[in-house]
Amino acid sequence: MREKFFERFSWVSLVLNSFRIIVIILIVVGAFNTLQGGKYTTSQWVSLSVSGLAQGSIYALIALGYTLVYGILLMINFAHGEVFMAGAFTAVFVAEAFKESGFLDSSPLLAVTILILVAAVVSTVVAVILERVAYRPLRGAPRLVPLITAIGASFFLQYTFRGLYGSGFKSYPEVAAVQGTWHIAGNDIPIVQIVVFVAAILLMVALYWLVERTKVGKAMRAVSENKEVAALMGIDIDQIIVMTFAIGGALAGAAGVINGLYRPQGVSFTMGFFPGIKAFTAAVLGGIGNIPGAMLGGLFLGVFESIGPNLILEGLGIPAANQLKDAIAFTMLVLVLIFRPQGILGERLTEKKA
Amino acid sequence: MALLEVNDVHAYYGYIHALKGISLTVEKGEIVTLIGGNGAGKTTTLRTISGLLKPRHGSIIFEGEDIAQYRAHQLVAKGISMVPEGRGIFAKLTVLENLEMGAYLRKDKDGIAKDMKRVFELFPRLAERKNQVAGTMSGGEQQMLAIGRALMSRPRLLLMDEPSMGLAPVLVELIFDTIEEINKAGTTVLLVEQNAHMALQIAHRGYVLQTGEIVLSNTAKELQKDPTVQKAYLGIE
Ligand SMILES: Nc1ncnc2c1ncn2[C@@H]1O[C@H](COP(=O)(O)OP(=O)(O)O)[C@@H](O)[C@H]1O
Ligand SMILES: [Mg+2]
Repeated sequence: MREKFFERFSWVSLVLNSFRIIVIILIVVGAFNTLQGGKYTTSQWVSLSVSGLAQGSIYALIALGYTLVYGILLMINFAHGEVFMAGAFTAVFVAEAFKESGFLDSSPLLAVTILILVAAVVSTVVAVILERVAYRPLRGAPRLVPLITAIGASFFLQYTFRGLYGSGFKSYPEVAAVQGTWHIAGNDIPIVQIVVFVAAILLMVALYWLVERTKVGKAMRAVSENKEVAALMGIDIDQIIVMTFAIGGALAGAAGVINGLYRPQGVSFTMGFFPGIKAFTAAVLGGIGNIPGAMLGGLFLGVFESIGPNLILEGLGIPAANQLKDAIAFTMLVLVLIFRPQGILGERLTEKKA
Repeated sequence: MALLEVNDVHAYYGYIHALKGISLTVEKGEIVTLIGGNGAGKTTTLRTISGLLKPRHGSIIFEGEDIAQYRAHQLVAKGISMVPEGRGIFAKLTVLENLEMGAYLRKDKDGIAKDMKRVFELFPRLAERKNQVAGTMSGGEQQMLAIGRALMSRPRLLLMDEPSMGLAPVLVELIFDTIEEINKAGTTVLLVEQNAHMALQIAHRGYVLQTGEIVLSNTAKELQKDPTVQKAYLGIE
């Protein structure tokens, strides 16, 4: 009898289940207390959610780079945050020049589009070089090897860009056209958040179209399912892998400029770390390797990070909850890895053939 | 000149010596079958010809050119196509998308449309299911798809690895009929089978493979009468 009991409820699952229940109780109690307290109005919640969506759409763009590469190579490109940095850091100089010449304010749409292109090109080049130099020689090596290389590459890129552009912090100039707010359904929404969200969504739609409808996209999906059979179709696997890194890089670069619109400060050689790891969290949350998953995961993380401190932590009586945003993201990563490593939309990782 | 000429090919998986000097030829227009038990090296032979595995020694001459050093995706352009063991369909892609992948290297839209129509004539079941996700189809339908997909590159040599595996007898019959039909329409076929009985019925010639070596080769008619073949592969005592 006793042995049977232990077979069915192993200690590990007992501990995990208690943990899961405690987490759920904490979330429910915290949210209940906060809402009961009535400290925040509906429109405050709305504005927190909207800024969360804007931030989350940026995470989503970066997260797509992790997920695309994972989908094809079953590898986490931990230097992807630096790919993002490369574009964002380079474009800030162009942005400053645009600001000084008045181009940024006279034709903001064109100027920002050019900035996005510049950043996307730089990030794409960095991503493609990274693949060629750091990862391709290690294809077929045990999976830990490229992982360690990725971390090394990440430092290498940071210090390369520090060497190129210096170690000071820079800021994206203000774009006058996106300052101010729009009054929508009784709420004042900052225009910049709407612009950020729309721009990110447009890019995601473009990506989705590329993957679902174009020949290259179909080939990417074929390679992700079975490399050998894809080769038997005449698909050059290396070419598709390069393409995947390039697309992920372009999205990350674009995200760098969009991020600069939203959070102008803090552009430096280390700026890739937090967005990188948060986007990774978002990708895992949505189910790594799953494209809609990365988009949803990014949006969800952004919103959760934005309303979580006020909604849950405050209700639990935790002081200065707003400063715990980052902690929320990392707690979420840990929770997902423990309870649902395949993510929201992902299949079980163990089912996927290496 | 033979369409395909494999000369003394050796292939390895790490230290495992899987092919120990295979030589065979396939003439234009033939169906040649390669029979042998489990682990004999049939799949390895096809993988080596199709470029998935590089031979360590020997030559593979296709249409007069040594192709041993080419990689798989390059050989598709040269006119070799393979139906892999276990079908290898793209489960998450639709039937139509799978067929499009078969025509990946082609640019002639009209020609592709024509060949797609021909595949749907060969396998009307695929036409009915063309927008279905391939992984949700039955084993037989998946095999039809794998064959149709391989035809979409307009191969001059079609390599088939156990197309009858795991199929009900009626379907096996259908698949073999189709292989004959494909061959009559002008495609040369190198067919690997454990179902030696069926394979020898449609093939012109055959080779018997045992632990990485060819132990017998003859016309299909003669092989059917061969006592060792009858005993080992046809279940006739
Ligand atoms: N991926 C592999 N790694 C190591 N050994 C393999 C691999 N594939 C096949 N082999 C070995 O090579 C030999 C030939 O296998 P295979 O060509 O698959 O035989 P068949 O298709 O005739 O059943 C077998 O001994 C098999 O165990
Ligand atoms: Mg086999």
